[in-house]
Amino acid sequence: MDHSKRNSRRKFLADSGNVIAAGSLAALLPGLARAQAKPMTIGFLYTGVRQDYGWNQAHGVAARQIARLDGVKLLEQENVPETAESEKVMESMIRLDGARVLFPTSFGFWPFIMKVAPKFPEVLFVHAGGLWKDGDPKNTIGYRGYMEEPHYLSGIAAGRMSKTGKIGFIGAKPLYFIFNNCNGFILGARSVNPKITCQVLITGDWNNPVKEAEAVNSLVDQGVDVIVGNTDSPKVVIETAERRGIYSCGYHTDLSALAPKGFLTGAEWNWGKGADFVRAWQTGGTYPNLLRGGFKRDMVKLSPFGAAVPEAVRAEVLRARQGFADDKLALYRGPLKDNEGNVVLKAGETIDNEDNKFKFGVKFLVEGAIGKTGLAR
Amino acid sequence: MNPGDIGWWGVALAVAGGAIRISTPYLFVSLAETLTEKSGRVNLGLEGTLLMGAMSGYGVSFLSGSPWLGVLAAALAGAAFGLLHAVVCNLPRVNDVAVGIGLFIFGTGLAFFLGKPFVEPRADRLPVWPLGGWSDVAAIRAALDVSPLFFAGIAVAFAMRWALANTRWGLIVRAVGDNAEAARTAGYPVNLTRTLATAAGGLFAGIAGAFLSLSYPGTWAEGLSSGQGLMAVTLVIFARWHPLNCFWVSLLFGGASALGPALQAVGVSSYYYLIGAAPYALTLALLIASSSRRHRLVGAPGELSINR
Amino acid sequence: MRERAEAAAITAGALLAALALFALFLLANGRDPLAVYAVLWLGGFGTPFSLQATLTQAAPLMLTALCTAIPARAGLLVIGGEGALVAGGVFAVLAGLGTAGLATAGLPASVGTVATCAAGAAGGAAWIAMAGALKHLRGVNETISTLLLNYIAIAVLNHLVSGPMRDPAVSLKATSWAIPQATMVGTIPGIGVHWGFAFGVIACLLAFALLRFTVFGFSVDVLGGNARAAQLVGLPIGRLTLIACALGGGGAGLAGAAEIIAVHGAASSSLAVGFGYGGILVAFLSRQNPLAIIFFAILVGGISASGGLMQRRFDLPDAATQVLQGMIFLCVLASNAFYGRIRLFQPRAVAE
Repeated sequence: MDHSKRNSRRKFLADSGNVIAAGSLAALLPGLARAQAKPMTIGFLYTGVRQDYGWNQAHGVAARQIARLDGVKLLEQENVPETAESEKVMESMIRLDGARVLFPTSFGFWPFIMKVAPKFPEVLFVHAGGLWKDGDPKNTIGYRGYMEEPHYLSGIAAGRMSKTGKIGFIGAKPLYFIFNNCNGFILGARSVNPKITCQVLITGDWNNPVKEAEAVNSLVDQGVDVIVGNTDSPKVVIETAERRGIYSCGYHTDLSALAPKGFLTGAEWNWGKGADFVRAWQTGGTYPNLLRGGFKRDMVKLSPFGAAVPEAVRAEVLRARQGFADDKLALYRGPLKDNEGNVVLKAGETIDNEDNKFKFGVKFLVEGAIGKTGLAR
Repeated sequence: MNPGDIGWWGVALAVAGGAIRISTPYLFVSLAETLTEKSGRVNLGLEGTLLMGAMSGYGVSFLSGSPWLGVLAAALAGAAFGLLHAVVCNLPRVNDVAVGIGLFIFGTGLAFFLGKPFVEPRADRLPVWPLGGWSDVAAIRAALDVSPLFFAGIAVAFAMRWALANTRWGLIVRAVGDNAEAARTAGYPVNLTRTLATAAGGLFAGIAGAFLSLSYPGTWAEGLSSGQGLMAVTLVIFARWHPLNCFWVSLLFGGASALGPALQAVGVSSYYYLIGAAPYALTLALLIASSSRRHRLVGAPGELSINR
Repeated sequence: MRERAEAAAITAGALLAALALFALFLLANGRDPLAVYAVLWLGGFGTPFSLQATLTQAAPLMLTALCTAIPARAGLLVIGGEGALVAGGVFAVLAGLGTAGLATAGLPASVGTVATCAAGAAGGAAWIAMAGALKHLRGVNETISTLLLNYIAIAVLNHLVSGPMRDPAVSLKATSWAIPQATMVGTIPGIGVHWGFAFGVIACLLAFALLRFTVFGFSVDVLGGNARAAQLVGLPIGRLTLIACALGGGGAGLAGAAEIIAVHGAASSSLAVGFGYGGILVAFLSRQNPLAIIFFAILVGGISASGGLMQRRFDLPDAATQVLQGMIFLCVLASNAFYGRIRLFQPRAVAE
């Protein structure tokens, strides 16, 4: 069993092109790497505004990190819709501003990247989403952290801190990564409290403050006392939770300042990894076309703990974090049933934390979830 | 049954709580539009006005530390926009519906433009009055956490009703709205009256915006308003241009908005888009039922361009 | 002739006034207006790529503007372009899927394309005609009913693409099943803009001809000028109302179909991005004249297309484009007051 896991992992690493390999190449030829760092304009496309305490802010932070690289000039455009118009925006940045690396930072930009990338082989397109597959243009990269891992850790904290045994998950849209995050949250909570239940609520919009506030209120009315929100800007969710006096977990960036009393911890991206790709493009180095990873590859972070979290819980969370980093802790492990009674994994079966195919196909919610994905299995 | 587990009662409570929470902006915009329409103008630009109010309220609260100062700023910003609507509409041959749409675009754009620096910081919010302290159930207590603006809105509704019926000023507004020619012959200043009424309407719409950004949901972000300002026109029709009816109508719409998330919280998770459309479908149904080819809508001011 | 010169002059004056106001706004925000306008030109019209982007933006605007303009000529104020476009898009996808078996029946794929467009136009037409019927039969105000119908259409769209019509293979975003590739159209040769643009221009020309040279157009103008006079003269008001609404809605529905066959290939929430509301702006700027719609759609399209460049070069928020558009709208509306007032254009030798 272990052998096959290791082999598949090795194959996966080979297939996706190992960042570590590229790094060692550059280490072997340091003089070459430094000499060829061309000055470059990079363009960031945001689906909202940068200061949204959420998805876009996480990218904005990364953009500024990347802008500090030598010879890099940063261009940004906000409020780019996830429609064919984004193609025009990308082309505009390339043709009119001379951009050579583009970061279309929203999940929904991928089909449009697929249309534009073949036309501009001299431009690198770095997409915040792990959708790259064999046959896609070589000048595109998909990178994304496995947020289900830090959600699992938030879940542990939630499981320990919840007094009512009811936690809540607010998701924006019925998409696979939202479900994976939700499952991670529940599995983490259940790993410390097997009887815990989680109300799952989908608002239907990436961004709708009134609906999100209402969602929090109705969950709290139902007895939920820990909430996590997977929307573009969880600011409203956290603040409303704080006002109702319950605990909350964060998403995207560090939201601890918004809920001094109730914040537990949260899942954060580490989009700054994109700097590696820019370096590679500048120096002609190699880069992976698909980089997905959790704590093991430093693609995700854990928010600082809130004041309410006691030492014992913090230690427990950090132990689990280490488990992910060392690849000893599998998130999806058997025996596992979904919340409609179907068996997902038998006892002893585990899913590799980097099994993209499985995660892509997650259309179920694990046992303990109250709610539906709305997708046929 | 443990005290936290209230099941379907939770839906009822969420709807009731939502009715109180979400109704306040609806109340203020419907009162705003009632006054404006009573004087014979239609203002479709309340959405832009509302957002300008929300932005100024949040910004001033953040910069000054006082949310009430924010509300004042919001009111003034709203009044300014109402004034703009009135001034442009006072020009001859200008269609007030079109100007409203223009203000919608302009106001929305200006609000987001000026409001960009305020998206990140946290502004001090308005206090709430905990009226549910008598209950042990947390959900009831939360449903009865009421903002003072809720009561302010009710007060304005009563004041407006009294003023329209009993004061000379109210008489002038109604006269101007029902028959401008007759009012002019009687010596009433038609344009000035409409200007003041529309500006006052803008003031209330600004306060509605301040409620959204300083009370519930209590944040400044794009997407804050989901058309509350635009709905004002339909709310007013529902309310038959009676200020007190505005209160009930806004409660109804507030409750309807809360229905979707409340149902999901108990596990009814399909059809959330259709449930979200319920208020609009309801309004349309009501409109169809109560309109008549022969008579204009009962209570509608005679000069309203949309009723000709 | 004089009237048209007057209209052109006053509109030009209004546009200049708006540009001046926006320049003041930019100055107040520490930006150089001339530099900004230069970039606006560059991004909208200055390079072949910019021109393509502008025309792409203009394409749906021309059609949705008709949704406001044609009923406006009949005296109705319809703001339902968004809902009609969405309805058209949904019907277009259904027709595209329904005709997917054409190849096996031996018919060329273009039949499917035509069916899709026709279905889209029909869907949009029916949507607005509903409002027209409500107006005529029950006196329901069409501005409000079409506003509500917008919200309802978008909700139904979201429900359909997330549920009954959803293609489970597309995991990125809730999208309907896609129409066959063969049914889709590409770009107009030589220009590089999709065929929706041609639909827009042709529709506007047809609308202009219809309103100017036919009895129907004349009747509509009478109705729009004075409803009571139309009644006295015995015009079939109900029929005219319905047809005007259906034509306008058909235009917007065709825009929805164009989005399907030329841009997306499937329905999703990307159909409701504000083209309908942009159409209202264009209609009013054009004073409900279909020929002018072509010009103003390109103008507004140009502003939208260059907004991104403006944002990037001058660190202006994206909302700056809306501020400019709002100013233009208000100035043009306010300029209505000048008609008949300017001595240069007044008729001579007529006692007042």
